[in-house]
Amino acid sequence: MNESAETTVRHRIDYTGAKMGMWIFLFTEVLFFGSLFLLYSVFRDKYTAEFHKAATELDIVLGTANTAILLTSSMFMATSITLVRKGKYGLSIFCQAATILLGIVFLINKYIEWGVHISHGIYPNSPALLEMSRGKIIFFSLYYVMTGLHGLHVLIGVFVISGTLLFTARRKINETDFVKLENTGLYWHFVDIVWIYLFPLFYLIT
Amino acid sequence: MVMDNEAAMKAPVSFYGEEGRFKGIFSWIFSTNHKRIGIMYLVAILTFFSIGVILGILMRINLISPGKFISERTYNSLFTIHGVIQIFLFIIPGIPASLGNFFLPILIGSRDVAFPRINLMSWWFYMIGGAIVILSIFTGGGAPDTGWTFYAPYSIRTTANVSLALVGVIFLGFSSIFTGLNFITTIHRLRAPGMTFFRMPLFCWSLYATAWTQVLATPVLAITLLLIILERAFAIGFFEPTLGGDPILYEHMFWIYSHPAVYIMILPAMGIVTEIFPVFAKRTIFGYKAIAFSSLSIAFFGYLVWGHHMFTSGMSDTARVIFSLITFMVAVPTGVKVFNWIATLYKGSIQLDSPLIYSLTFIFLFSIAGLSGLIIGTLSLNLYLHGTYFIVGHFHYTMFGGAGFGFFAGLHYWYPKMTGRMYNEKTAKIAWLTIFIGFNILYFTMFILGLEGMPRRYFQYQPQFRTNHIISTVGSWILAAGLILMFGNFIRSLFRGEKAPMNPWGGKTLEWTIPSPPPAENFEKIPVIEHGPYKYE
Repeated sequence: MNESAETTVRHRIDYTGAKMGMWIFLFTEVLFFGSLFLLYSVFRDKYTAEFHKAATELDIVLGTANTAILLTSSMFMATSITLVRKGKYGLSIFCQAATILLGIVFLINKYIEWGVHISHGIYPNSPALLEMSRGKIIFFSLYYVMTGLHGLHVLIGVFVISGTLLFTARRKINETDFVKLENTGLYWHFVDIVWIYLFPLFYLIT
Repeated sequence: MVMDNEAAMKAPVSFYGEEGRFKGIFSWIFSTNHKRIGIMYLVAILTFFSIGVILGILMRINLISPGKFISERTYNSLFTIHGVIQIFLFIIPGIPASLGNFFLPILIGSRDVAFPRINLMSWWFYMIGGAIVILSIFTGGGAPDTGWTFYAPYSIRTTANVSLALVGVIFLGFSSIFTGLNFITTIHRLRAPGMTFFRMPLFCWSLYATAWTQVLATPVLAITLLLIILERAFAIGFFEPTLGGDPILYEHMFWIYSHPAVYIMILPAMGIVTEIFPVFAKRTIFGYKAIAFSSLSIAFFGYLVWGHHMFTSGMSDTARVIFSLITFMVAVPTGVKVFNWIATLYKGSIQLDSPLIYSLTFIFLFSIAGLSGLIIGTLSLNLYLHGTYFIVGHFHYTMFGGAGFGFFAGLHYWYPKMTGRMYNEKTAKIAWLTIFIGFNILYFTMFILGLEGMPRRYFQYQPQFRTNHIISTVGSWILAAGLILMFGNFIRSLFRGEKAPMNPWGGKTLEWTIPSPPPAENFEKIPVIEHGPYKYE
């Protein structure tokens, strides 16, 4: 580990260091979302029956579709990294573009889903929601906050992958220096995993 | 400023004279050099500290004769902003971001931190966060009046400018996370050849433990405060009882961060005094590994005791007993450290210069802080004392007497290395004495006030508390005079001080093997380490 110290002149890239930094960043993300999962558990315990009823109002088809979309995008992301390591830049760019596209489709889906709820008058502090039971108010608030923050992470991911796509096109990401793409992949899989937990908690456990 | 330094003649140009891509102020605010970032942090942090001190003095002035000088509402804003500034802008980033940034890479024999650009970004986040907090005082519905803890549901309902202040604090949180992330990676990846973990100076160990706490606790604060903003903007109701939420849950989530944050503040200060004792006693540190592991275990236990802030908030008795028990356990690793420091001094050839005096004061004040902590960690006593000035006294002994004095010790210890000048030792000692006397008059009185039943945060009080309040306020003036003398000494010495030699204290760690101030890349050749850091015998 120590021999790396000689090679730390500012502009060189320390592969292991960069990966380590990314993993630590992901720990912080886990805690960030973890706090929300904590809130979910507490309120689910407090309002078990109402959470059960409220969950039936979510569209399981859209939710399942989004799960499939995000999982597929993760596959493209992972493939793009393998391709760069083999020097197949064109195909890698294609895979990154596919990841971006699927990310956008996910967000459009989410937009439609939110749109339906909002058109039914269900959004935080709406008159319709305030008339419902406290458990339902909290359920929908959790739904908006958790899927909203997750959606924000997808959006950020889309921008970051657009960046790595450009870098790959300019060969700044290449066979020997691909840690930026790998770290972006780690981030994308993390966002994917968060959804894997959100999906059952909001759509499946009814 | 100090280019004509004797040492700098032989060695490369110091980092102050480094030619970068930019000129003038931009050569600082866009610099990725850890030493420039450290200095910028230091200047910013001490500026915010001064603002916080002024607000504190205004509060004390009000308490001489409540209502004569400021209104109730202003008083609430004063203690809120005083708290937010001193906690989030001074003491949390304090040591790691300034002295840590400057010295961590040098102490482990590296040219910079692992991610220099993220380091610069963290400074920018800090400045943006600080600017937003200051802005929130003057805009919107008036300065926040919630206390620095932003307890729900009041923080959701007040018309004061809470949301903007919270945005600022979230920025500061991310700044803190980036610093932590950077330090962990730096310590793992950039140690010089032969610099094993157990050959690192102990300041690095304490920064390592701190960095993990910063990384693992701060996100919880960020999300909790974000939720308060969402509560205010959209009424999501998580912490609002009328919507089915639970305000106690807010307290839990807040303290899950904010208790570990106490150790973010104190651990680096413990690290600094651990560096100072061996140098000024000319002895190897006693119990190196015990100190290293006690840092880690303090950081670990720090996660499990947040409930002791909430003994009177409404928790099950089982939870309270457990939290109380674990709170007592934190005292064990802390005691280990204190005994090791004392043992280091035993039979040493002691050189009583200001860094050592500040370090000894640190032990003294921190012991009072720790022992008073055991008093309020006891459930039965806590119920009586929790809402009183006893807590304020305990808190300031810990944070100011502990972290603050540790910081001052570090400033005196490393001042020659950072600036290339020596400060006036005699003035430093007079300043120390003034600060020490003022500090104890100001805060020890609070223990007495608390035992007598003076409630904290109150604008008004019963007549029997008046005498002690006046004594305490006079203490704050003495303390302020001492601080002015100390900073005055530092500023004057920048221009008038003698040139500092490479190693004024006879230290054995790596920063004393390079010129004062250090060259841009620290080491001409990365050193090879063959032994532990405090080789005196």
